Amino acid sequence: MTELYTEGAPIADTKAPDGPINERWDKRRFSAKLVNPANRRKLSVIIVGTGLAGASAAATMGEAGYQVKSFCYQDSPRRAHSIAAQGGINAAKNYRNDGDSIYRLFYDTVKGGDFRSRESNVYRLAQTSVEIIDQCVAQGVPFAREYGGLLDNRSFGGVQVSRTFYARGQTGQQLLIGAYQALERQIAAGTVEMNTRHEMLEIVLVDGRARGIIARDMVTGEIETHMADAVVLATGGYGNVFFLSTNAMGCNVTASWRAHRKGAYFGNPCYTQIHPTCIPVSGDYQSKLTLMSESLRNDGRIWVPKRTGDDRDPRQIPEDERDYYLERIYPSFGNLVPRDIASRAAKNVCDEGRGVGPGGLGVYLDFADAIKRMGRPAVEAKYGNLFDMYQRITGENPYEVPMRIYPAVHYTMGGLWVDYDLQSSIPGLFVTGEANFSDHGANRLGASALMQGLADGYFVLPNTINDYLAAGPFEKIDENHPAAKEAAESVRSRIDKLLSIDGERTVDSFHKELGHIMWEYCGMERNEEGLRKAIDKIRELRKEFWSNVKVLGSNDELNQALEKAGRVADFLELGELMCIDALHRRESCGGHFRSESQTEDGEALRHDDEFAYVAAWEFTGEGKPPVLHKEPLEYEYVEMKQRSYK
Amino acid sequence: MANSTLTKQRSEARRSSVALKSAMAVTGAILVLFLIAHMYGNLNVFAGQETFDNYSHHLRELGEPMLPHEGFLWIMRVVLLAAILIHIYSAAVLTARARKARPVRYVKHKSVQQTYASRTMRWGGVIIALYVVFHILHLTTNTIAPGGKSDSPYERLVNGFAPEYWYVTLIYVAAVVLVGMHVRHGIWSACATLGLNREGRRRTINAIAIAIAAVITVGFLLPPFSVLLGLVG
Amino acid sequence: MNITLRVWRQKGKADEGRMVTYKVEDVSPDMSFLEMLDVLNEKLTLAGEDPVAFDHDCREGICGACGVVINGVAHGPETTTTCQLHMRSFSDGDEITIEPWRAGAFPVVKDLVVDRGSFDRIIQAGGYISAPTGTAPDAHATPVPKADADRAFDAATCIGCGACVAACPNASGMLFTAAKVTHLGSLPQGQPEREARVIKMINQHDEEGFGGCTNIGECAAVCPKGIPLDTIAQLNRDLLGSLASSKAE
Repeated sequence: MTELYTEGAPIADTKAPDGPINERWDKRRFSAKLVNPANRRKLSVIIVGTGLAGASAAATMGEAGYQVKSFCYQDSPRRAHSIAAQGGINAAKNYRNDGDSIYRLFYDTVKGGDFRSRESNVYRLAQTSVEIIDQCVAQGVPFAREYGGLLDNRSFGGVQVSRTFYARGQTGQQLLIGAYQALERQIAAGTVEMNTRHEMLEIVLVDGRARGIIARDMVTGEIETHMADAVVLATGGYGNVFFLSTNAMGCNVTASWRAHRKGAYFGNPCYTQIHPTCIPVSGDYQSKLTLMSESLRNDGRIWVPKRTGDDRDPRQIPEDERDYYLERIYPSFGNLVPRDIASRAAKNVCDEGRGVGPGGLGVYLDFADAIKRMGRPAVEAKYGNLFDMYQRITGENPYEVPMRIYPAVHYTMGGLWVDYDLQSSIPGLFVTGEANFSDHGANRLGASALMQGLADGYFVLPNTINDYLAAGPFEKIDENHPAAKEAAESVRSRIDKLLSIDGERTVDSFHKELGHIMWEYCGMERNEEGLRKAIDKIRELRKEFWSNVKVLGSNDELNQALEKAGRVADFLELGELMCIDALHRRESCGGHFRSESQTEDGEALRHDDEFAYVAAWEFTGEGKPPVLHKEPLEYEYVEMKQRSYK
Repeated sequence: MANSTLTKQRSEARRSSVALKSAMAVTGAILVLFLIAHMYGNLNVFAGQETFDNYSHHLRELGEPMLPHEGFLWIMRVVLLAAILIHIYSAAVLTARARKARPVRYVKHKSVQQTYASRTMRWGGVIIALYVVFHILHLTTNTIAPGGKSDSPYERLVNGFAPEYWYVTLIYVAAVVLVGMHVRHGIWSACATLGLNREGRRRTINAIAIAIAAVITVGFLLPPFSVLLGLVG
Repeated sequence: MNITLRVWRQKGKADEGRMVTYKVEDVSPDMSFLEMLDVLNEKLTLAGEDPVAFDHDCREGICGACGVVINGVAHGPETTTTCQLHMRSFSDGDEITIEPWRAGAFPVVKDLVVDRGSFDRIIQAGGYISAPTGTAPDAHATPVPKADADRAFDAATCIGCGACVAACPNASGMLFTAAKVTHLGSLPQGQPEREARVIKMINQHDEEGFGGCTNIGECAAVCPKGIPLDTIAQLNRDLLGSLASSKAE
């Protein structure tokens, strides 16, 4: 395997404090240098991305008095894909008095992540969760409430307490709009300069520090250079490497990948979350997959026919010929097992030939019992919007016929490697939210993505970035600095290249083919043979892309094909790294399932003695093997054991 | 500083589209009240010439001796004229803003909700205004006098709507129907503009708007039709 | 299904636009409307013609990026976003007219893509609650009656797609503005800034060149999120109250 990568020196998180876990965040905040308010005005920060992690950070940094420049590729910051999160946001408020605590949220998250995340980070996340809810309520986020006027909670996959705050099935939207409004307020106040329809295409390093970005104005095509004292990437995950995913069409890895190519390590790229409850694929034209909130598993029951090839109408299949396989295999968590487990179980029953719907790629999610128990109005009140969405997409009425669901790529736990301060291996480059790798280990629990995005943006980054900025303002540089000019030039020549190939295949056809390769060999189940094959195929496809892609039009206009081409080019590089990472990790953990490493009854089998580390990958040049840096993971508080949801 | 900003913003908001719409709502309400009173007056025609002419005459004496002769009438005329001018001015400004707000028209446009009444507010309003001028020249000043001039309002009415001048009646009917539609959407819209419209009241307000519009339309149509059919005169 | 499309093509902001006719064959009824446009664009690209530009992102009806006028109706024949409209709503042989949102406050950027920055500026003017990070009291400090929370939520579901403006005969942005005024004004946290908020937002609304509301209701009829029309009455009430008040900020 060594021909695919080499191993370098181990790395360590030098910012993580030691001592009792509940004091570490205080300790770090105390030891981090401060910047006095008068100096903040002289310091500038670029924040790329306006999802929960980016908008909240930009608003908070603006409020603190820094000069912030914010960027998003959408026409408005309000459209970032955090908006699509449905289910909710976790917080250890223990408003239910059901035994929840910061410690339990921490414990659940470490365990849910299959012991591949950092204890210090996760504990801080759990601590901060409490403040997030307070902050959002103060901003006017209309969380669901009970008749007494207090906040309602519900339970979510992988846990046994009710700690999820929600706003019907639109929690992400409401939280993002809260952050967006705070951001717009700062834009009006002049502390944040907003650049919409701008895509970051390169990062500018000066003396080894991140000092700016090159962005393309997507309307005029102008290649702009923006300089600052620090750069924050809040650019989300890379699930679209699979082409079909629940991500928005525009979600991409370009910002992260460009930073990776300039020296930022990429952490655990193979950790991908496959969400169990999505609407199945209906045809080749399919452009994206739609998630049905995991909250549906609270009341819906998942089943397939016991007999293979049973193609009767589901309503005609009698109770004793149905296999409620999650309830059967995992009696204590039942339909609420974590996502990775539910997804793989669905794949297994479909592999056995018991899948339902076109191509046998689906399982039933049945509300007949819930409707009987709660009555249809109650089901409508709780899940109405999700049912409507399902009906709109499939043309079937889920109140009458069980829904069909199938797993789909949803979230990427991997991302740019960061230390406790959320700083990447490039000084001055910070990474927040889904774009970093830090808090979820090998699997993320439901309702934790919103929590992490807002924790990073509102509370963590604004406190830790001070420590870096306190050394500034750094030497003033402008777009004529040789490093900036060179970065801008490289962007221009890449665009020219893409426009000049004029081959015979569209960008989408390459993207779809890459997606098929990734899903087939680096999806829910992976093995050595498949991954090796995938790497070869991706390399070939990449070669063909650069000689046969067809991108029409010019750079000086709104050119959506050109935008996509740049993103797919980066996915073609990332895909290979994901396969290499998946290949090197010869264990199963969380969302990463290697068929060679499973227990007797088919559960993920970890090898803690060999793989209890973060794999941080260093880019060494095009066509050269990446270097693996290992950051060992130590568990002082949670005992590492095989996860069991039985 | 902050204070002056809000004060400035507030005075700017007095020229906002919502403020103009409120002016239209209030003036519209005045005009609707006038229409109801006017309709009541018209219906006196069924009590015979004497009652009708007396009613008309009494309008001039209303408020005497506190007010001079025709004092009340002139106050009312001034108020009505002001209401009409404000109503038309606001409508004109809002229409101009709306035109400017969509410089390029749709190639294909289909409405999903719009009622005929709401669609005809602008041109309907213009036609009503033109008719009002004709109506005053006809029955108030008697400058235009189909069927012959008269000092008796009753006779003016009977002469004007006589069968041989069917076109006068036709114009009148068209105008009254337009007024009815204008009032129907106007009341609904005024309630919304003045903030009275809430989700639970929507049906009630719509019903009230339709009822008032219907009463006004029928009430104004009765006298001329009665003349036309020979029931009065 | 075979479909004939008449699509508005416009090179850039300053260029003249025109309708161009395309044929799309083998359309599946299960395709979304945007997937049908994807098919068209793949075909155009291979034929060397400039693909049709349109805004879209999440394709699950929540980001508000997509939106075109289909056969004269914003977002087309179903009350949903363009991305959630499926071809099963059309029949074989249909001719479908596709135009961008048309409003002075939403200038066309290219083809079906418009600039909705005016909406962001309305929010900037006052569509927020000033609660700097870290200043919040405990989330349970102020109970909110469920009816108020639900009312706030119903208004807060606005996705800022702009269909209300596109459908309004006056190209008014009142439903969008009213949704935010109602969302924040229904909550206790939104009370301190309530008077100032509505004044500033209305002024910005007018300054952006949106028309005035004539209470026709086209906006609410096409709104994919069902924002109730009476939010506009709420805005009017708040504005008139604020104008009568002499409270300074």
